[in-house]
Amino acid sequence: MQKLIKLHPDDNVQIVVEETKAGELVMINGTVVSIDKAIQIGHKIAEQPIANGQKIIKYGVPIGSATADIAIGAHIHLHNMKSDYIPTYTVEGGFKEDVK
Amino acid sequence: MQMEWKGYLRKDGRKGIRNYIVVVYLVECAHHVAREISQQFKGESVQLIGFAGCYPNAYADRIMNALCVHPNVGGVLLVSLGCESFNRKRLEENIAASGRPVHTVGIQDIGGTKKAIESGTAWVKKNIKIIAEVPSAPMAIHELMVGTVCGGSDATSGMTANPAVGRAFNKLVAENGIAIFEETGEMIGLENIMSSRAVTPELAIELRKSVEKAARYYTLMGHGSFAPGNADGGLTTIEEKSMGAYCKSGDSPISGLIKPGDRPHKPGLYLMDVVPDGDPKFGFPNINDSVEIVEMIASGCHMILFTTGRGSVVGSAISPVIKICANPQTYRHMQDDMDINAGDILYGTTTIDEVGDKIYERILEVADGEQTCSEQLGHQEFVLTYKTFTPIGPACLPA
Repeated sequence: MQKLIKLHPDDNVQIVVEETKAGELVMINGTVVSIDKAIQIGHKIAEQPIANGQKIIKYGVPIGSATADIAIGAHIHLHNMKSDYIPTYTVEGGFKEDVK
Repeated sequence: MQMEWKGYLRKDGRKGIRNYIVVVYLVECAHHVAREISQQFKGESVQLIGFAGCYPNAYADRIMNALCVHPNVGGVLLVSLGCESFNRKRLEENIAASGRPVHTVGIQDIGGTKKAIESGTAWVKKNIKIIAEVPSAPMAIHELMVGTVCGGSDATSGMTANPAVGRAFNKLVAENGIAIFEETGEMIGLENIMSSRAVTPELAIELRKSVEKAARYYTLMGHGSFAPGNADGGLTTIEEKSMGAYCKSGDSPISGLIKPGDRPHKPGLYLMDVVPDGDPKFGFPNINDSVEIVEMIASGCHMILFTTGRGSVVGSAISPVIKICANPQTYRHMQDDMDINAGDILYGTTTIDEVGDKIYERILEVADGEQTCSEQLGHQEFVLTYKTFTPIGPACLPA
């Protein structure tokens, strides 16, 4: 059963289609990579090293930018990427008015 | 697959796939009475809708007028407190002019809650029988208008259910039906890709402008069209959600741009612009998914294709909602609420095309009277809020 799929040839991320465990080994572009943590289906992982500020490409289009250097096989989400348009609200992050 | 079924023929020539009496409260103060009346008829063809506000609003007035003469509606009971500002007289006249039975119960006029419930219940009881006699006529796919909305999206939505709805929309448009997609706030970042599908260069400009308006509006509000559950489901940014949402529209050329309550004038695929015009005045463009569903129904949609990854359970008053579940785990967990399982596309055991065919078949079955999951479970969500729109320009509906 495949664990990851790539949606578009230009993408620098792959999508988890079967939940992964921390430390699980998967094949990315012919290299065996250890997944850094448990990742739910639908989430993204880096299929190549991505530098801070570089665009994240999914569906063949930029969907935001990296806010940290991202290693191959690492989970990509709110902790290391951001929108180039409108910031993303999370319950844990609270309201802008509350955050000092 | 049956390609033709019996529809309810209305006097304006439009045909419905359901035949409801709607009980309408015209201000929150009349909500309880309207609910008590509609609850006497649980399981029958009676539904409850309403507008909570006391202050007048041209948009809410227009949407309510459109809904009360929707082809799925056979008769209307208006419930008014008496001192609210909704123009109930004109609404009643419009409904009567459409040939539908209509009656207004005024709570202050009649002497309070008890008498209003009694009088309204008696009217509905009598008129359920009358609308059951409405003539039927053969109806086919080219007379059908279908909208699509996504809600409770996760990252699987854009990989399974949304592209499958796009395939079903391709078939519907090829058969000369009308398909509507929406939420320009979820096309942010895609304005160029989308506008290149317009049937005229002038329409392309309008499409691009509608997305730019959404980006401005959401930026001012400080939030994108993005809920925390979207992030739990693996979506990180509005651009990423946009790409997933956009593929619901399929590949057909875009024939026009409408606003809530506008009726498409000919077969094809239409974008509905649901973001208010002018400076933000009444808050968020859409406080939840039901607002968008109601707006699509006001434009004449007979049914709604609703895709969900996290597992939304919503249905709607007036038009059936077919729920297409994008996430295979969610499907297994919430099967009673889901009409179609699109999640297995991820496992390679089915394809986007196969699920698209299933959705198309389900459209025909539901048009023929089969109940959707949300209908069976009694869902009747309805939300109508305050908004402001300016009319669409001539370039929006090319001849």
